Amino acid sequence: MSIDIPVISCKNVWKIFGPDPKKFLNNMSDDMTFEEIRAAGYISGVRDVSIDVNKGEMLVIMGLSGSGKSTLVRCFSRLHDVTGGTIAVEGQDIVSMSENDLIELRRSKMGMVFQSFGLLPHRTVLQNVAFPLEMRGQDKHTRRERALEVVKLVGLEGREDYFPRELSGGQQQRVGIARSLAIEPDIWFLDEPFSALDPLIRKEMQDEFLRLQQMLNKTIVFITHDFDEALRLADRIAIMKDGAVEQCDTPDQIVLHPATDYVRKFTEDIDKARVVHAGVLTQKGVVGEGDALDAMTTVHDMARMLVNDSREMIPVKNGDSLIGAMPRKDALDILLGSEKNEF
Amino acid sequence: MSSEIVKIPAGKGYYTDFQLAIAMVFIAIFMILLQYLGSLPAWLYRVPEEIIPNFAQWLDVIFNFVKDDLGVLVFTRFLTGGLEWLLDFSANVFFGKRRFPNVGPMPWTAVAAVAAVIGYYLGGWKLALLGGGTMVWTALIGQWKIAMQTMSVLTIAAPLAFAIGLSLGVAAWKYPWVDRVIKPILSVLQTLPFFTYLLPAVIFFKVGPTAGAVATTIYAIPPMILMTTLGLKKVSSEVIEAGKMSGCTRGQMLRHVYIPSARTEILVGVNQVIMLCLAMVVLTAFIGMPGLGAKLLAMMGSFKLGRSFEIGVTIVLLAVMLDRMSKAWVIKQPEHFERGTPLWKRHSMLLLGLAVFVGFTLLSLVIPFLAEVGRGQNFSQGKELDNIIKGFLNIEWVKVTTGFLRAFLNVQVLIPFRNFLLSIPTPGFILLVVAFALSIAGRKEAIFALIFFSLVALSGWWDRAIITLYSVISAVILAALIGLPVGIFAARSVKWSERVLLICDTAQTFPSFVYLIPAIMLFGITDIAVIFSILIFAMVPLTRYTIEGLRTVPQEMTEAADMSGATRIQKLWSVQLPLALPTMAVGFNQAIMFAFFMVIIAAFIGTQDLGQELQRTLAGTDLGKNFVLGICVSLMALTFDFTIMKWAADKKKMLGLA
Ligand SMILES: Nc1ncnc2c1ncn2[C@@H]1O[C@H](COP(=O)(O)OP(=O)(O)OP(=O)(O)O)[C@@H](O)[C@H]1O
Ligand SMILES: [Mg+2]
Repeated sequence: MSIDIPVISCKNVWKIFGPDPKKFLNNMSDDMTFEEIRAAGYISGVRDVSIDVNKGEMLVIMGLSGSGKSTLVRCFSRLHDVTGGTIAVEGQDIVSMSENDLIELRRSKMGMVFQSFGLLPHRTVLQNVAFPLEMRGQDKHTRRERALEVVKLVGLEGREDYFPRELSGGQQQRVGIARSLAIEPDIWFLDEPFSALDPLIRKEMQDEFLRLQQMLNKTIVFITHDFDEALRLADRIAIMKDGAVEQCDTPDQIVLHPATDYVRKFTEDIDKARVVHAGVLTQKGVVGEGDALDAMTTVHDMARMLVNDSREMIPVKNGDSLIGAMPRKDALDILLGSEKNEF
Repeated sequence: MSSEIVKIPAGKGYYTDFQLAIAMVFIAIFMILLQYLGSLPAWLYRVPEEIIPNFAQWLDVIFNFVKDDLGVLVFTRFLTGGLEWLLDFSANVFFGKRRFPNVGPMPWTAVAAVAAVIGYYLGGWKLALLGGGTMVWTALIGQWKIAMQTMSVLTIAAPLAFAIGLSLGVAAWKYPWVDRVIKPILSVLQTLPFFTYLLPAVIFFKVGPTAGAVATTIYAIPPMILMTTLGLKKVSSEVIEAGKMSGCTRGQMLRHVYIPSARTEILVGVNQVIMLCLAMVVLTAFIGMPGLGAKLLAMMGSFKLGRSFEIGVTIVLLAVMLDRMSKAWVIKQPEHFERGTPLWKRHSMLLLGLAVFVGFTLLSLVIPFLAEVGRGQNFSQGKELDNIIKGFLNIEWVKVTTGFLRAFLNVQVLIPFRNFLLSIPTPGFILLVVAFALSIAGRKEAIFALIFFSLVALSGWWDRAIITLYSVISAVILAALIGLPVGIFAARSVKWSERVLLICDTAQTFPSFVYLIPAIMLFGITDIAVIFSILIFAMVPLTRYTIEGLRTVPQEMTEAADMSGATRIQKLWSVQLPLALPTMAVGFNQAIMFAFFMVIIAAFIGTQDLGQELQRTLAGTDLGKNFVLGICVSLMALTFDFTIMKWAADKKKMLGLA
């Protein structure tokens, strides 16, 4: 990706909950653990996180419940004021941004889907979806048109005049999604946006977001507990524990080279063959023989060929150009589980 | 039972709170004994006249300064202009006072029909019947005009109180300093007897409806503030965040996110505003506001019990109607219309309301009876009722019963009790109150008790204060003797709990004035009637909280008692009552507050307490004295309020119920 400045760039961000977090952070020694901080009466929601999110990228944040995912995303959108560190959105420092600029930034750039939907209880589906448009001062007719369009997109046609309490959990969640779709923001924060959806609609929604991201080059920060979902969507995955980011990398790297024991454990049960692509196993410059594989093929997809083939090195291409070759044994090791534990 | 539990380690040089309290009680007893032996110096018995500061005069000086020198009077009289215009407007619409816009009065049939439509919209046929029925009763019994006088003030005061309360509530929620300023004022305002609202209103605003409307408005504001802040604080954080992410400015947040999301609490506030306004607007009869209250006052004064009873019924019906309708509004949630519903159907209720209003107005042009029930056309049974009541009171056993109650209670119990309280030397009395606060609540409350009661002693109204206290205490004890058993009995079954709670709820909406009617009917104008009216008024919260306390005892605890083979009585004594006690204490506290409130109103019957003096100040312009008296009542009430609420909170925490 050839983008100069990252869309979101955060450095050493801390978010501490408690009576006087700023003072506590200033006087705190750097190596205090989560438990020690808790013993002092504070909760470290986000601990010293530095991450860049690039334009057009989909960053997926994973981690156990209470690990600080929602808190981190709230820092990105400055729903929380950070306790320490800096966050810049498209080069603008948002930590010190004035209220008016912040409102302008949110109106023009950001959208968010909330974990528990955050629907306004006194407004109908249509009015909820049109709410951000209304706040921007769009005229009644245009915003109604647009709202109807996205309500249809999320499959809630015919329910436009219902109130949130008259809808099921999944339907409410779709209202939340529609509300953020309505404004097509450049930066999208999605906090477990599909958790209440049935598998069919969930897949549809995932496809919709992938389409938007690729077509319109949107930047998306996505929280989920579902690994399959993460693998389907993610350019990179960040894994959080006790407020800190343990590792932030591509899915292949995370399963192949876990940075910490925690990440290893976290990814233990994943079928690596479904994650790892040919491109990752390729040794550059080496020349193989015979037909070339596409770099995006997963080990799982080439399983039959791997077993039947007898080549040592299989050539790999990216698009039309050859980039190198993949040792068949490495791929087989991933498919069958290797003797060694490590690569 | 209570906090004899040591709070401060009983090391050397320290005494536990309990020991201190015991010591105080002993000193008090010693003083009382000395007094009875005749050897207590007079200056220890009562604060000598010479050293009593003239608070009233000082206050007068302050008030005069504020009023004249600061020009506040000019300002308030300026406000009066606007308010008066509004009141005249509604007076014209409701009962045809000759003022702008000169269109009224509305025909009673039209009003009744609209009330029925509103009732139907809010809660179906039952409320339609209640709304329409109340209005029809009022008209047919011949009280339409006075009822509309009351309603015309209500329709101005209630929205005003709503708007002011809402704004102050928002401010208190937004700015902590406003909250810090308002909180203590609110807690004093809520214990201040209503007479204290009346006189300043009279002085700063004109006598009559204007002063009445001002007093009513101010009286109704506090709960609106409290409910608004409560509601705003409860808005879920994700809804707030959704608003922020949608790019709301602060103003938009408040208008589109906070206030609509706090709808339920705000509407509960509206319900309370309406009910307090009604209660107060009736009481403003004391400062010459015409309407139901004034009529009731006159009828009771001339002992026309039949008419008093009818007016009482009207007031109660109005109260129940307003309460039920506003509560129905609280729970009424918006429902969606199917797409393509035509406009007239979406607003069908509004159209129906308009149609019946116009229809009946036109009809009443043809049939005058539908416009106004003329003199001699009404169905009032005042005289007949008078005779029935007199006949009832003359039945032998009724006479014997009330006569016995009067004689026995008065001579054997109440008078001796009152005289005993009066015989206690002032410092001894204060020590007893402080000891009470110390032993059940804590040191902070004890210090408050000391300060508050010392101020009462210094006010120069000690004897009357004690008589007030005597009425309150005796009435609450008698109320407890009846209310607690009723509550305990009702709590045994769901069915009875619901029934009794419904009665209590309804009774609580009645303006306090109404409680005087049965008291006067049964006991005439006597001390017993005062106690009796306070007693019924105070019984309501006692019964109610007893039931609620007992019913909310966690089920696993009663089941544990059952499994231990406890009998019903054992279960009640050793499990249910102890756990329900903190909640019951809240009821007890409310009963005492109600009693303080009622004792002042009952002064109308003629007592020798602070209430009567207060009522006298209304006749003149004794603003300073009025305030001193009002604050005396407030201080005594606050002492109990602090102490009992602290005890209940401690107890709840200890039992893990909080
Ligand atoms: N407003 C707050 N005040 C105090 N503590 C908070 C607040 N918000 C979050 N926390 C704490 O911060 C930690 C991280 O919470 P967060 O909501 O970010 O978790 P999460 O990773 O989103 O979990 P989940 O998967 O359950 O949504 C938790 O320990 C939580 O208790
Ligand atoms: Mg979360």
